[in-house]
Amino acid sequence: MAKMSFENHITKQFDEELEEIRTRLMEMGGKVEEQLQNAILAISDANSQLAEQVILADQSIDAMEVDIDEACILIIARRQPAASDLRLVMMVTKAVNDLERIGDEARKIANHAIILSEENESSVGYPEVRHIATSVTNLLAHALDAFARFDSDAAIRTIEEDQQVDLDYKTALREVATYMMEDPRSISRAINILWVLRSLERIGDHAKNLCEQIVFVVKGKDIRHC
Amino acid sequence: MKLKSEQALELDESHVTVGQSFCDDPKMTMRNVDVFYSDKQAIYDVNIDIAKNEVIAMIGPSGCGKSTFLRTLNRMNDTVEGCRVDGQICMDGQDLYSPKLDVVELRARVGMVFQKPNPFPKSIRDNVTYGPKIHGLADTRVDLDEILEKSLRKAGLWEEVKDRLDQPGTGLSGGQQQRLCIARAIAVSPEVILMDEPCSALDPIATAKIEELIKELSQNFTIAIVTHSMQQAARVSHRTAYFHLGKLIEVNPTEQVFTMPKHQLTEAYITGRFG
Repeated sequence: MAKMSFENHITKQFDEELEEIRTRLMEMGGKVEEQLQNAILAISDANSQLAEQVILADQSIDAMEVDIDEACILIIARRQPAASDLRLVMMVTKAVNDLERIGDEARKIANHAIILSEENESSVGYPEVRHIATSVTNLLAHALDAFARFDSDAAIRTIEEDQQVDLDYKTALREVATYMMEDPRSISRAINILWVLRSLERIGDHAKNLCEQIVFVVKGKDIRHC
Repeated sequence: MKLKSEQALELDESHVTVGQSFCDDPKMTMRNVDVFYSDKQAIYDVNIDIAKNEVIAMIGPSGCGKSTFLRTLNRMNDTVEGCRVDGQICMDGQDLYSPKLDVVELRARVGMVFQKPNPFPKSIRDNVTYGPKIHGLADTRVDLDEILEKSLRKAGLWEEVKDRLDQPGTGLSGGQQQRLCIARAIAVSPEVILMDEPCSALDPIATAKIEELIKELSQNFTIAIVTHSMQQAARVSHRTAYFHLGKLIEVNPTEQVFTMPKHQLTEAYITGRFG
């Protein structure tokens, strides 16, 4: 398999346009990754200030989504891309959506961090959150890395990682339910934790979608719902 | 996870035609076709079927042999000095290059529309009825009028010209002239219509009308179209054949060629990496 290349078009401008959406998607990925890390930090340290920051920064991610989408629409209108170029543009329009949703989930986690900190609580008592947060952070990093290198094998490995996150999520739900049964006073707090776990699991799913899109670009195979 | 590495989109760099060249119920079959202009070989060992009622598009850079290949399908190359066609080209199993074959009859069965609209310098009526007359398809004025209206209707031109059938065909607009040429081609009830860049001299609206027409005509005819517009190939054809330096590189369903071509050369051409 020849290395994926989006260069060497007769029109150099087209090379630049494709490179630009790629770079901007990477930037957006970096920003989203940072948001996720901050949200996790906010919840584990009960740091409401950091959580506020995450909520505020989500707007810039939304703006990035709109900008990149617009650039993709312009490429389609101007260049009528075909084959691998077309697959890249379609992938980017879908990937920005997934990244934006990851941003939203990070914002939700930050919201819960604020609620928990108002109650003088943190997620420290819940090792499940820490465990899944680490897995999901790695998952997203691996997905973005696979995109940067157009590495479909790495993407497939990352999809498999998500299956583990889904299993861990189910286990964590049972654990949190046990806390609630053992100590009904913890229910309100535990519900917050449940929402956080839910957001983390969703982030894993979005990272998985990203990986499926990478496989589509590189291999031309649609592996969704396989 | 179903995807394994062997299912990958491997871009084939070999010189064997990749994809789906053959079909179960072919209208035309071409085997080991070579075409030479004197010493120069223009087409190398092309093997392909064209299915009944199929629209097949031939694309490729200038000089790749796609027009030469199209012209072998109704022996238009016969008149070219020094041109030699080897291999076998059959329609419904009949060898088109058999010495016994009547070429005039062949051209009635395999019609052609050219890049530049070329109506005869005659009336619209005469342009359409000339073919049926010389091929003896109709004798009476009533029969000819019927063919005239039917052909012009099929070519989507009837409403525009029905009140001026006796005016010269050359007085029509470019798009109308091209549709007149299509009406002229279908007046003799061909089985196959060859189109050599039929829209390259037309504006986008006239082009859209011709493309719409191609879609309708494919219900009754088999159509082979050579085009420089890849979007046009993507829009109108069922299968697309990519030619490169006289070789048939890839033949595949059009939706595949424009989203996931199999051959690296096809990929490079349709993504605009060389032309």
